[in-house]
Amino acid sequence: MQTIPLSGRGDFSEWRDAARALAAAGISPRMVDWRIRGLGDELFAADALPDLPKPDESAPPLTVPPAFLSLAEAVVCHTEPGRFHLLYRLLWRLQSDRHLLELDSDPDVAWARLLAKNVKRDGHKMTAFVRFKEIAGQMNGRRRFFAWFEPSHFVVARTAPFFRGRFADMDWIIATPNGTASWDGERLNFDARPGENPGHGDPTDDLWRTYYASIFNPARLKLKAMQAEMPKKYWRNLPEADLIPGMIANAEANVRAMAEQAAKDPPLFHYRLQETAQAMPRIEPLGAGTIEALREEARGCTRCPLHCMATQTVFGEGPQSAPLMMVGEQPGDQEDLAGRPFVGPTGKVFDAALKEAGLARDAVYLTNAVKHFKYEPRGKRRIHEKPNKGEIDHCRWWLAKEVDLIKPRLVVSLGATALYALSGERKPLDQMRGKTLTMQGNIVLYPTIHPSYLLRVPDGAERRYQQARFVEDIRHVRQLVERLEAL
Amino acid sequence: MKKSLQQRLAILSDAAKYDASCASSGTVKRDSARTGGLGSTEGAGICHAYAPDGRCISLLKILLTNFCIFDCAYCINRSSSNVERARFTPEEVVWLTLEFYRRNYIEGLFLSSGIIRSPDHTMGEMVRVARDLRTVHGFRGYIHLKSIPDAAPELIEEAGLYADRLSLNIELPTDAGLGRFAPEKRPEGIRRAMGELRRKIEAADDPTLQTKRRKRFVPGGQSTQMIVGADGADDATILKTSARLYSGYGLKRVYYSAFSPIPDASRALPLIKPPLVREHRLYQADWLYRFYGFGVEEITGATGGMLDLDMDPKLAWALANRQDFPVDVNRAERERLLRVPGLGTKTVTSILSSRRFRRLRLEDLARLGVSLRKVRAFIEAEGWVPLRLADRADLKALFAPKPEQLSLL
Repeated sequence: MQTIPLSGRGDFSEWRDAARALAAAGISPRMVDWRIRGLGDELFAADALPDLPKPDESAPPLTVPPAFLSLAEAVVCHTEPGRFHLLYRLLWRLQSDRHLLELDSDPDVAWARLLAKNVKRDGHKMTAFVRFKEIAGQMNGRRRFFAWFEPSHFVVARTAPFFRGRFADMDWIIATPNGTASWDGERLNFDARPGENPGHGDPTDDLWRTYYASIFNPARLKLKAMQAEMPKKYWRNLPEADLIPGMIANAEANVRAMAEQAAKDPPLFHYRLQETAQAMPRIEPLGAGTIEALREEARGCTRCPLHCMATQTVFGEGPQSAPLMMVGEQPGDQEDLAGRPFVGPTGKVFDAALKEAGLARDAVYLTNAVKHFKYEPRGKRRIHEKPNKGEIDHCRWWLAKEVDLIKPRLVVSLGATALYALSGERKPLDQMRGKTLTMQGNIVLYPTIHPSYLLRVPDGAERRYQQARFVEDIRHVRQLVERLEAL
Repeated sequence: MKKSLQQRLAILSDAAKYDASCASSGTVKRDSARTGGLGSTEGAGICHAYAPDGRCISLLKILLTNFCIFDCAYCINRSSSNVERARFTPEEVVWLTLEFYRRNYIEGLFLSSGIIRSPDHTMGEMVRVARDLRTVHGFRGYIHLKSIPDAAPELIEEAGLYADRLSLNIELPTDAGLGRFAPEKRPEGIRRAMGELRRKIEAADDPTLQTKRRKRFVPGGQSTQMIVGADGADDATILKTSARLYSGYGLKRVYYSAFSPIPDASRALPLIKPPLVREHRLYQADWLYRFYGFGVEEITGATGGMLDLDMDPKLAWALANRQDFPVDVNRAERERLLRVPGLGTKTVTSILSSRRFRRLRLEDLARLGVSLRKVRAFIEAEGWVPLRLADRADLKALFAPKPEQLSLL
């Protein structure tokens, strides 16, 4: 039996050196008695680390997965007396079972994880519940602060770097029964001896207590939830904690008082505000019969329920005198956010095709058959959904007004929805593509596909063919417009 | 007589307590070790205190002012309310934030405001606070600004450079509800602002051509809040609205705030204790949508639009879909394990990792921290097969809570 006395204040390297030597010498966990040495206690001074056994040269080298190191570093900081033994057993078992740590259901692994979790939680609570008190007077132009904290485990040294990263421009000391950490702007120091609590106060505590008492809503008492996260053992050093009993006791009465307090007449400035709002000059209506006025009107469209789902009305854009109007189906995700037609992925394909066919986008009036985006939310994305007949019929009102105002010579319908909206035709697009129709007012209607179709064709020869065919359609449209304008 | 700082702090934090969010999570990790300023963020938030209402206090959550030109019925700060009014100067907010932060009371600032003079004026003041904290005082802690709905895009853009998170409250789940209770707010304006913010966040996230570094712009994303129980909207409507907000604007969080009685309440509103359980169920359902692959219809479909208050929505779903159980923990794929009541995302990951090496028994699950009482009826494990669920008429009763006496208020 080998007795190993360790200092037991969360020092990982001490355990690691001993464990490494023991394991290399092939000493099984059953043969090691891990003891905790009293800190600075003369009685156990003789318990210095004994001579460790010589390593067994023929044994394979000691290896552990990286996950073990971070686990052991945390477990060592626990106050559980059996922790050194547990870690050595894990180290021993890891030599024959490399995947041991992945087995969360193994009793040793589960226990170690639990201890590590306690330590992490304790460290986290330290980052939360340390309260600095200012010490009067500056040192080298730096403000000085002091905190007293009582952690459950040996977490001070572990957690100190957090405070350095956060409170870099001030000097601070955190004293605990398990050691003291301090920062002076250059060095982070740790002293393992128990610290002392001089019982400082801080005038800002009163402001903090005011805040704490005011941010609480008495109508929603949830005491269990509070104590689960802020256990009573921490209350002693929290300046706000002695308010809690009173806040709880008065909560019910406060809610009742609220309920009984009948609504009073509004204050005078409320009436003044209302009057000012009434007296605001009405915005001059835009010239009636212009596309701008129509766009403005469409902004508030509530003809169908789609407006509650979409971000905004995506109205048409382009010159009011455009001889060519192109009508798509409905805005997509990007169009809905930007408030402009054909700006998303489909818009890019469309723009490229226009360019190749030699047609300038800003010479065309571009719009959609339906002005609001219809979709189905799925996780983090919105999946485009086809507008139904009712929605198209409602929105046709706007489309008809746009056609009336623009008076184009030629209208191109992109896709089946647009074709239906403009002509009432519900035949398959294959049959209609490229066959011109005549709309009311002697306007020529030219049906083709919607450019989003090109995105759905798999990459390769078929897509290239379809793209070329679409460009060909646009080229044809361009010639058609030129011919119609020449008439 | 002018009120003291302490009196105004009491008024302006009291006015802010109806905002559910106090989160300081989701932003980038940074500290002041090298810059020498003050403050750091951890990625995960730190709650520095808890109030007896069970809510954490992570940020200094205050209003710049509780004067407001709007008259939203559900709001304590509406212009027709007789609540005591006060205002801070931007300098005072900066001072409070820094001094509170130095004493480790808080993780940072959550600044909101009533609207005074104009949306642009109010937003401008809030941006000034954030800018001063960052540029004058080298503050690297968390900043959350509540944007003002109709503020100019340049102001929102500037706010995004300094703030970790921006939020814009949708307030009520339907446009009709908002029209009734908040006549000055325009729902399409709120949606447009959220959409605009999503576009800006995405644009900043695209790596530039010169460097791989991304621009720092609202790294904690945007969030919103919805009031539950003030209007008549059911849970299905509320959850559908959240789904739209998550998918449409990439929100990090939707907060549900059970409508709470306010002093001097508008006559238009019910004076009731907030439906806290309902709020809790909504959060659970929200989680199921975001992390467990449930659709909104699946969660609310079986219960006629309202979530069951007596049991969590996953259990309710499982009881309504008994044909899908039991699930074999040693064989079922991740998606199916996630649907077992009592198994969370972390446990499922542990199960998947452990079962590569060993077949799992009930005791193994217990060691993973699973409540056997909850899951045993829904799973099969090595050496364990539950009685056929469909045969048990009393299954629901096994999970039902104890009867409780009704309270008066």
